[in-house]
Amino acid sequence: MVFNAGKYDVIVIGAGHAGVEAGLAAARMGSKTLMLTLNLDLIAFMPCNPSLGGPAKGIVIREIDALGGAMGQVIDKTHIQMRMLNTGKGPAVQALRAQADKPLYIKEMKRIIENEPNITLKQGMVDELIIEDGVCTGVLTETKAAYYADAVIVTTGTFMRGKVLMGDIEYESGPNNQRVSIKLSENLEDLGFELTRFKTGTPPRVHSDTVDYSKTEIQPGDEKPQAFSFETTEYITDQVPCWLTYTNEFTHQVINDNLTLSSMYSGMKRGTGPRYCPSIEDKIVRFHDKPRHQVFLEPEGRDTEEVYVQGLSTSLPESIQHELVRSVPGLENATIMRPGYAIEYDAVIPTQLWPTLESKKISGLFTAGQINGTSGYEEAAAQGIMAGINAAAKIQQKDAFILDRSQAYIGVLIDDLVTKGTREPYRLLTSRAEYRLLLRHDNADLRLTDIGYELGLIPEERYERFSYKKEQIEAEKDRLRKETIKMTEDVQSILDEAGSTRLKDAAKAYDLLKRPEVTYAHIERMIGANEEIMPEVKEQVEIQVKYEGYIKKANSQVQRMLTLEHKKIPENIDYDAIHSLSSESRERLKSVRPLSVGQASRTAGVTPADVSILAVYIEQGKIARVNEEPISQE
Amino acid sequence: METDTITAISTALGEGAIGIVRLSGPQAIQTANRLFKGKDLEQVPSHTIHYGHIVDIETNEIIDEVLVSIMHGPKTYTRDDVVEINCHGGVVAVKRTLSAVLKEGARLAEPGEFTKRAFLNGRVDLSQAEAVMDVIRSKTDEAMKVAQHQMDGRLSRLIQQLRQTLIETVAHVEVNIDYPEYDDVEEMSEEMMRTKTKEVHQEIEHLLHVANQGKILREGIRTGIIGRPNVGKSSLLNAIVQETKAIVTDVPGTTRDVIEEYVQVRGVPLRLVDTAGIRETEDIVEKIGVERSRQVLGESDLILLVLNSNEPLTDEDRHLFEAVKDLRVIVLLNKTDLPSKMNMNEVKDLAGDFPVIPTSFIHDQGIEALEDAIQELFFAGEISSGDMTYVSNVRHIRLLEEAKESLEEAMQGLELHMPIDIVQIDVTRTWELLGEIIGDTASDGLINQLFSQFCLGK
Repeated sequence: MVFNAGKYDVIVIGAGHAGVEAGLAAARMGSKTLMLTLNLDLIAFMPCNPSLGGPAKGIVIREIDALGGAMGQVIDKTHIQMRMLNTGKGPAVQALRAQADKPLYIKEMKRIIENEPNITLKQGMVDELIIEDGVCTGVLTETKAAYYADAVIVTTGTFMRGKVLMGDIEYESGPNNQRVSIKLSENLEDLGFELTRFKTGTPPRVHSDTVDYSKTEIQPGDEKPQAFSFETTEYITDQVPCWLTYTNEFTHQVINDNLTLSSMYSGMKRGTGPRYCPSIEDKIVRFHDKPRHQVFLEPEGRDTEEVYVQGLSTSLPESIQHELVRSVPGLENATIMRPGYAIEYDAVIPTQLWPTLESKKISGLFTAGQINGTSGYEEAAAQGIMAGINAAAKIQQKDAFILDRSQAYIGVLIDDLVTKGTREPYRLLTSRAEYRLLLRHDNADLRLTDIGYELGLIPEERYERFSYKKEQIEAEKDRLRKETIKMTEDVQSILDEAGSTRLKDAAKAYDLLKRPEVTYAHIERMIGANEEIMPEVKEQVEIQVKYEGYIKKANSQVQRMLTLEHKKIPENIDYDAIHSLSSESRERLKSVRPLSVGQASRTAGVTPADVSILAVYIEQGKIARVNEEPISQE
Repeated sequence: METDTITAISTALGEGAIGIVRLSGPQAIQTANRLFKGKDLEQVPSHTIHYGHIVDIETNEIIDEVLVSIMHGPKTYTRDDVVEINCHGGVVAVKRTLSAVLKEGARLAEPGEFTKRAFLNGRVDLSQAEAVMDVIRSKTDEAMKVAQHQMDGRLSRLIQQLRQTLIETVAHVEVNIDYPEYDDVEEMSEEMMRTKTKEVHQEIEHLLHVANQGKILREGIRTGIIGRPNVGKSSLLNAIVQETKAIVTDVPGTTRDVIEEYVQVRGVPLRLVDTAGIRETEDIVEKIGVERSRQVLGESDLILLVLNSNEPLTDEDRHLFEAVKDLRVIVLLNKTDLPSKMNMNEVKDLAGDFPVIPTSFIHDQGIEALEDAIQELFFAGEISSGDMTYVSNVRHIRLLEEAKESLEEAMQGLELHMPIDIVQIDVTRTWELLGEIIGDTASDGLINQLFSQFCLGK
């Protein structure tokens, strides 16, 4: 018997990395939010690698944090080590990465969700969406509970028709042998959604006591305390190292001898896997000249002996996995605790979504996370927070919230998904961002905190601290603009020391800091330190001044991009009425339904000529409206 | 309202009596005014026509004698400010004027863009909307066809090669960024980056150089006729002009004695420069000195050096050889109908690799051999005539120049020891610009390169 189980503003299906951010954002924006998940013990579970962040992804975590999301705060409290990557490179590409304590991460995230006043957290399997007149009004669970809401966010990850593959064994399952969601997938298909089949994989985990670490290289965390979140003030100091070892010719022999036993090489047609995260089979086949591949041994937490064998993702039979693992130095006697496997799952083709992540077909229905064809915890969380914000905004009749490609990696991610779609599980890379010099990890707070605050996602106290930081940056830049540095012997010798040329005339501190080899610390020695300001402020001033020329250039490119972005396409546009469009472009435009001429220009298959035609057609609509009155100049 | 100023040749390219270069946009009048010698165009009333000259701002050289129409918006075709520069007909003057306008910052109009602007600014009737879109469609397709057709296969291949070098470099840097622990690739160093950028920079410079030679072909080969008084320079000129009977245009310059004559020799357009001066003045070397004459002559693409074989070599002749030794020269041994009094060994010595052709202009002898030599000189090498139309050509050249600039910014970044990932931003831009030349702007090229070039894990 179906029973009415209650009415909410927003329902979130799933409580993985997308689900938790979606739920928290909606709730914090004042929406009464129901979160339904298959297993309350696995909230924000990491079914694959035990790490968060890294290039692009680490910046996304900071962006989520600036919008009031939880990922950064939780990992700051639950990591076993942190490292700043790319420190030898420019500021645009530096990124923080943390090794997570998996069980602790779950515990901490669950605590946050449970303590969020507007969230009701329940265990349950959703079988069906309740649709009335093309609007999603609720969900029906397998226990026949009908929950009603004004918006529903689906964040079911890899659970939809999930199938685990290992050698010739395959069975229906979510990751980590969890229950799989079959009916929801069928339901989406019935509703007219186009689904695709993707694949991903995970390596075996081994028992730490059976690893001989003396044959591996240690990979410690940074000594300098770091954090993702602006909120974090306490740092974890006792860090746990990771270890590095390598495959060798024996490993490769094992794989080559048994390749046909691998699920992915058995000749069966399978879902598409990601190129950036290949299985060890893929690596050996595609790059057979490489004599060895890196294998990182990463503890899954402080209170567990399980060690993640990064680099050995495989769908070989379990028996072969033993051989495979034991061919690696340090793992000669290793015991596998969980074997690796590949997993296939259904994903929604993301061009069926608006940039708000609401589906075009059914109003009030949002999808976020791996269900949209991405991979990675951070990508999922980013979509989750955006879907949560937009669901709440829609109900509260606020403006849609869309970040453009110059504002955030989150904007790049979602624009790519809904405009271009993806043919493999999508991962963020720094090379996907056109304006990465603007999208730095150090300025994520400066880019997005104001927006987060306006949305009601940033607490007052934090916003005050943030505003103070902003003021300090401007004040310090002003000071540098005013301070003149004279050609004293002290100054010249500091310049010598910096490997820079001596001053021939007095110069402003601001201009001197622009020299690549002169650091803020050098300048401080010349003009005296400003004791009041925080280290982050100094860092920010240094970056803004030193790279000013490049930043300006990027900004002018952004301005050009934005003029097209601001040319909006009416939602009710009839592409069939535009006879001059080429048929391919017309089909693409009808399917993607871009919101702006800019988005249209990025749509695959739409030529520049068609973009021009579109612009003319849209203007025609404006002129038609103007024409009802006497013709006037724009 | 559009914010930039566009320009294009708006008459059919060919041998019409006049050719019009049109500008439209907020900077149209200012742009034209900077190039115009005559009245201050910013002060003249709307819808008036003015006589004057278009000059090359850098060299102050007169490009053409023109009539300029000034029309203030909104009573214009596009409703923006419009300027029409009426040049002398023929290809050369119109194209050079267009080039000058482009150099001053106007943008080359896309196909159908004037009409599109007219439409967007409400000038064109609503019922014409479809027509406008069709124009864009057909013109763009046509332009693309033309561009593809005209793109020399060799050029296209070379650009693809350069792009490949750049994308490999960029992908290398990207791997260093996205997979910092990936040990298989060494860190891209400044030195590696410098080598690659230099290599590509050189190639682009070479391409521009060749493009420039192509321009020589289109605009005429600047040809100087030199020689001592009375060796037969005038007869040579007359012989060429009469022989070809193909004067394209005759542009009087600022001073009475500078006259340029355009003739076609076996399809090679010659622009005979300063011929009046040669006809009427004394020995150029004697007059202005070896150094200076070398400079003047250096601007020539071809020198016809005339000797009188009826007289022994003089110091003046030797000076002339000295002045032109680095140029492209054809030596004409004239008056061979008279007894030779010249030391031929010395002539051969002085001429070196230059062709030496015995002639007798009065008897029309040797003209054919001269034409052969010219043809060989300009068609044997890398230049083939008519390999690009002007429009796509201008576009290619501009993109190449932009690519070069962008690469130079990258090189400058390297000199300043900027982080490689920042230098790489300019390298990527160069790659994109080169892509625009061959119409390849697919943005996923980099990602594909990344994954095919490297085996990536973590």
